[in-house]
Amino acid sequence: MSELRGVIVSHAAVAQALVAAVTAITGIEGVLTPVSNEGCGTEALGQRLREAVGAGPAVLFVDLPGGSCFTSSARYAKQGGADIAVVTGVNLAMLLDFVFHRDVAPAEAARRAVDAGAHAIRVPSS
Amino acid sequence: MSLALYRIDDRLIHGQVVVGWGQPLHVAFIVLVDDEVSGSDWEQDLYRMGVPPQIDVIFASVEQAATQLPGWEADPRVGILLVGDIDTAVALAARVPQLKRFNVGGVHHRTGRKERLRFVYLTDDEAAKLRQLAARGVDVTAQDVPTARAVPVTEFT
Repeated sequence: MSELRGVIVSHAAVAQALVAAVTAITGIEGVLTPVSNEGCGTEALGQRLREAVGAGPAVLFVDLPGGSCFTSSARYAKQGGADIAVVTGVNLAMLLDFVFHRDVAPAEAARRAVDAGAHAIRVPSS
Repeated sequence: MSLALYRIDDRLIHGQVVVGWGQPLHVAFIVLVDDEVSGSDWEQDLYRMGVPPQIDVIFASVEQAATQLPGWEADPRVGILLVGDIDTAVALAARVPQLKRFNVGGVHHRTGRKERLRFVYLTDDEAAKLRQLAARGVDVTAQDVPTARAVPVTEFT
């Protein structure tokens, strides 16, 4: 199995809840790591990201396409040191797809996550 | 209208600013005053991504802000001015005597800082600078979101 890991970066406890939901549905553990920005400035959040990503490679799944979670993740990915891709708008559907498709590079996994996540957003016909 | 909020927040543009304050105030523009960000297209792109297209984002150095602030204050739209740290707030206030209020919205833990409020950590030096600002007639309060109480500077420094 690939060593590619996912790190979910969110406000409050969204990341922890998403990890719990993925585990409840798939039984897969140890692939996703939650990181919250709770009580964090930029410096502290960067440290949490370093600890979560380790040597990489990794995909950072961020809740919003802006804000402290996103800016810290984008800066961390830009610093280099590990092969990292960033995806925004994390949802459960993209994470469920990700844990079963990790034998690719982070950039490819990120593109796949965008497709899987977007595909799950629908208005059911009534 | 004018600048409805002058805010010190080390996260600069983020959810509390854009949504928490931006929605109830009907904000149409955000001024981000930071010497480093004003010189980096990459950083500016990052911050723009967190803002809906109908809200303008203006990046300025402290010097540029000091010059342009009267124009922003005269803007008929509602705006928010952001700085990322207390030194920048002090520098701006020193150049713009008409600046009479600062909201401390988020200054987070770092080595040497002590917790003053859940969302405000300050070194003794930073606390003293805020008190000095207040002594010069600037209304300094701490408030992370509009629904919270504005805590006077004397209660957290």
